[in-house]
Amino acid sequence: MMAAGAPRAAVVALRRRRRGRVATLAGVGAMLALACVLSVSLGTRSVGWADIGAGLLGRTDTMAQAVVAVRVPRTLLACLAGAALGLAGAVMQGITRNPLADPGILGVNAGAAMAVVIGIAWFGMATLSAFIWTAILGAGAAACFVYVIGSLGPGGATPLKMALAGAATTIATSSFTVAILLPRNDIAGGVRSWQVGGVGGAAFDAMLPCLPVLAAGLVLCLMSARGLNLLAMGDDAAAGLGAGIARTRALAALGAVLLCGATTAICGPIGFVGLVVPHLCRLLVGVDHRWLLPFSALTGAILLILSDVAGRIVARPSEMDVGIVTAFLGAPVFIWIVRRRRVRDL
Amino acid sequence: MLALVVAGVALTLVTGPSLTPPLDVLRVLAGQEVPGAGFAVLDLRLPRATLSILAGMSFGLGGAVFQTLLRNALASPDIIGISAGASAAAVLAIVVLGWSGAAVSLLAVAAGLLVALLIFGLAWRDGLAGARLILIGIGISAMLDSMIAYVLSRAPAWSLQDALRWLTGSVNGATLGQVWPLALALMLLGGVLLLRRANLEALRLGDDAAAALGVPIAREKLVTVMAAVGLIAVATAVAGPVSFVAFLSGPIARRIAGAGRSPLIAAALVGALLVLLGDYVGQHLLPARYPVGVVTGALGAPYLIYLIILSHRTGRPA
Repeated sequence: MMAAGAPRAAVVALRRRRRGRVATLAGVGAMLALACVLSVSLGTRSVGWADIGAGLLGRTDTMAQAVVAVRVPRTLLACLAGAALGLAGAVMQGITRNPLADPGILGVNAGAAMAVVIGIAWFGMATLSAFIWTAILGAGAAACFVYVIGSLGPGGATPLKMALAGAATTIATSSFTVAILLPRNDIAGGVRSWQVGGVGGAAFDAMLPCLPVLAAGLVLCLMSARGLNLLAMGDDAAAGLGAGIARTRALAALGAVLLCGATTAICGPIGFVGLVVPHLCRLLVGVDHRWLLPFSALTGAILLILSDVAGRIVARPSEMDVGIVTAFLGAPVFIWIVRRRRVRDL
Repeated sequence: MLALVVAGVALTLVTGPSLTPPLDVLRVLAGQEVPGAGFAVLDLRLPRATLSILAGMSFGLGGAVFQTLLRNALASPDIIGISAGASAAAVLAIVVLGWSGAAVSLLAVAAGLLVALLIFGLAWRDGLAGARLILIGIGISAMLDSMIAYVLSRAPAWSLQDALRWLTGSVNGATLGQVWPLALALMLLGGVLLLRRANLEALRLGDDAAAALGVPIAREKLVTVMAAVGLIAVATAVAGPVSFVAFLSGPIARRIAGAGRSPLIAAALVGALLVLLGDYVGQHLLPARYPVGVVTGALGAPYLIYLIILSHRTGRPA
């Protein structure tokens, strides 16, 4: 009886856990919907519900309706970018087994931004699809560079070394970005938009070329969930269980780079979303990447939309770029993570 | 070193958009009227060179003190967020409150001290671990940088030059009026630090060894950190956070001074030289004019990466 009872209890516990996760998923979905509603209805200018309805139907007769028509693509962009960054952060933390990994801290977004700036300034790039591919190239180069520098020497890729390599790369790339942009008065107006990310000025047709790239990144990342679970046990154990370590890492990293590059190409560098979200989601659903990754995407979308709304409300009558809001939210979380860990693990 | 700095000053005074003969420069400095050269040398180039030297010395001294006290070459004030704190306060004071002059410097010093205390307090858990301090500093400086970016975004669009001063550091538009508070701070605080350089060297050996050598540890640490933060903050209030000067000066100076001797004087000179030459390169040698911080930033980043690689090879903690 005992022998039969124990597995059954385990199965029941598993089912209950799964049901708990499904309930959490529904909750997070509802939060996302709420965040979208807030993002469309709140902002620098107050808009009535009647105008929101009309604006959503595509009418732009009054000022209020036009405002709503601008907020809709903006919300969608925040949703896409947040999901991409949250997912990329979770994958990076999985690949490097590093709790401080984030596309912003590791310099990946700054590398993407520099690549786009070089493309604009030296090669006269003007089309969005060119931006996207250049950004992906820059993100990939920065990611490889930081990973190689950070994992040199004894001890491998410790969080401290990776964070320092990322900080150095960020300072270097932003220095070069300023150096390239400064003498170019024709494009220097964009200096700030390549240093601080924002989702203002979003338009549907600007987002279209990114969608296939984002979709490819999403598929690659989600496919690597099982492999990341194995990697979490350490390289040797994962190899013993039959995981192709190098292939898993490469595919997952490619997915994360696609997501970061495409996001930075439209929004500019946005940091800390990828850091905060996976930690939050681990508290919600545990460490299984098959659940962690989709949750990170959803939560990232919620976080970025809410940050954008906060940026619009806090700084009335003007706006605060969402990259600034996420830094203010994320840096304390970063410090909290650092404080919680023992020095030996850094 | 001193000769190199003097040569740097001479170069700065002689060259500009128009070349001034060295003899004319000397005559201007001696107080004679030289048509066509007086304004350029006395009102443009001299304040610029003076500010470069003073700011560079402050950054170099402050950085070397931090690196010595924390026994970590990466723990320089520009990486762990103290320059960012002073910079953020200065930007707030200038753009939002409309302050100028000494009040800005004072606020920057206060903010620099506050940020230093905050970082040290957050990093404190059963003692001060270098790794935690650096990581928390990186987090804090990310936050402060975005605050600077936000305040600048509300500043008028035509002040791009000012904006860049606060993002990367610049000695453009230096006047002799700006130089005085910095010179005063350098004399007072720099003097305090130089007088204590023997104690600092003892502290570099570790707390236990320093205590055995008869150094009152807590008091020495407090005094030197406060003085170093003050120096960095005043220099930042005047020239902006000139990237990586504080970080580069210490290790270079230690190499020049040799093991066992205090690198503080050498660090101050190296800092002055870095800012002078960085500004000269940014002004005259590149196809476009760059603020000095962009040049030193581009110089410093490869050096930081080199340092990381080196520390891996020797197995010492970074």
